[in-house]
Amino acid sequence: MTLQPGEIRSANPRAERWLYFYAPMGFALFFLVGPFYWMLITALKPDSELYDGTKSPLYVATPSLDHFRYLFEHTEFVTWTKNTMMVATLSTAIALALGVPAGYALARLRFRGADFIGTAIFVTYLVPTSLLFIPMVEVMAQIGLDDSIWSLVVVYPTFLVPFVTWLMSGYFRTIPTELEDCARIDGLTRLGAMWKIAIPLARPGILSAGIFAFTLSWNEFIYALTLVTASSERTIPVGVIVQLTRADFYFWGPLMAGALLGSVPVAIVYSFFVDQYASGLTAGAVKG
Amino acid sequence: MSLTTPTTPRPRRRRDLSWLIDNERALGPLLVAPVVLLLAGLVAYPFAVAIGYALSDRTLADPGVFVGLDNFVDLFDNQIYRQTLRNTFIFTAGSVTMRLVFGVGLALLLNENFRFRRFIRSAVLLPWIVPTVLGTMAWLWMFNPNFSVLNWILVHSGLMKEGLEWLTDPNLALFSVTLVNAWRGTPFMAITVLAGLQSIPHDLYDASAIDGAGKVQRFRYVTLPLVMPVLLTALVLSIIWTFSDFGIVYGLTKGGPMNATHVLATLSYQQGLASGNIGEGAAISLTMLPVLLVLIIWQLRRIRRSTVI
Repeated sequence: MTLQPGEIRSANPRAERWLYFYAPMGFALFFLVGPFYWMLITALKPDSELYDGTKSPLYVATPSLDHFRYLFEHTEFVTWTKNTMMVATLSTAIALALGVPAGYALARLRFRGADFIGTAIFVTYLVPTSLLFIPMVEVMAQIGLDDSIWSLVVVYPTFLVPFVTWLMSGYFRTIPTELEDCARIDGLTRLGAMWKIAIPLARPGILSAGIFAFTLSWNEFIYALTLVTASSERTIPVGVIVQLTRADFYFWGPLMAGALLGSVPVAIVYSFFVDQYASGLTAGAVKG
Repeated sequence: MSLTTPTTPRPRRRRDLSWLIDNERALGPLLVAPVVLLLAGLVAYPFAVAIGYALSDRTLADPGVFVGLDNFVDLFDNQIYRQTLRNTFIFTAGSVTMRLVFGVGLALLLNENFRFRRFIRSAVLLPWIVPTVLGTMAWLWMFNPNFSVLNWILVHSGLMKEGLEWLTDPNLALFSVTLVNAWRGTPFMAITVLAGLQSIPHDLYDASAIDGAGKVQRFRYVTLPLVMPVLLTALVLSIIWTFSDFGIVYGLTKGGPMNATHVLATLSYQQGLASGNIGEGAAISLTMLPVLLVLIIWQLRRIRRSTVI
């Protein structure tokens, strides 16, 4: 930030900078990122060091990949990863296929009931999953998807679609309508103007909506826990927790290794798109 | 880009369909119909099913019969339910307060100029973006009675003689799960408020400085009012998500010790699916509704106002 007139007279700028910036920032990093450091070094510590009270817990003396090996050889981690990938990819594709055109319609087209439908979709975005997981078990049984990973592909769009629709209708509103108007004068239909003009222009918005949808499905827990019970059909968050914490016994090393590996893909995706993330959130938040 | 390709008006051979794709009164409903069908079938319908369950004595083994409001009456007589309700409010109020204080503070820090800014901004987002329960596992390990690194630090730095019972002491356990929830939610608050801060035009600060406003006054009269809309939205979402949160309590304590950390979502899971009392479980989760409705309506009214202006 540029110095403001009043700030130049500070007696000891360096000490002030430490007090008001570096100390709180250090605390914030310790609080927010510390647990991940702890996760990492636990995953790398052999059991002999992990459960030795005389060794310092703050660093690794003899790093080893034993816990990762355990994860790949003695659990179904690879299967869980494939499952999570599949569910996240398919449900994101469904969410975009339904949500982008609907977002366009709500932003651009005037038709009867548009206001009501827009409001209803926004309300479902705010309905938490923990309200509906009990009946969802029965509803999935009714359509023959009980205890199947496909139930997740069907259910995740219920919270992804409202989110994508909401985000995209906000995004379409920021694109000027002139280009579509011109294209229509040139003979494109309404649908053609959406498909050939508006959607290509909205590509950045669609990209961020897709990223959020993908990570939301990657991270989902309560439906994945309640709708699927066979171990070979689980996703990473549920598989890691259920298989590596049995009764009162915790496999701490493999647990941390699994938590780490399950977190890495979303962390990488976000680190590339952190700016779109912030702007997408506020575009939706401010404009509604 | 598709703009440069010349589009010659086509002879309308598909006359029978063209009204559908060229008329906004027809195309609009057509484009939103799949969404409406999906939400009707998999949100509205399950919600109706949940109400049916809550008014019955259904269990996993027995479809049950209609019992009216018995489940709800029983709940309010139930000591565990009343404690859960209390826990849920403490959990929500505590976590949201911490998110607000830490989140706004962090946003102000991130808004400064410093080295590795981009990197640090991504790093502090981690708790928010990784799968909640997986991040929670790191805390479970940090709260471990025998190998807690937090206790190790407290004891070795001489701050305490003995470590704390983070998850086994009933009072402390509620604090611990609340802290972890705040840990997860703080980045969301920070990044949202930061985006709000960065949208404030710089000349407003220059103008207020010329008018003689000090640091505190600039925050009070320029920053705060302009960030408020974004802040309130982030706040409403945080309250809804915390109030209905399942993963953190499930991951850390499953509601224990002695129900000291049960929240509505975990109790409804335990009663409804783990113990098989589906009617009671559905009733428990539906008691979230009044609070959720108030928040949703309030948020809807705010958005209405902002789009009209």
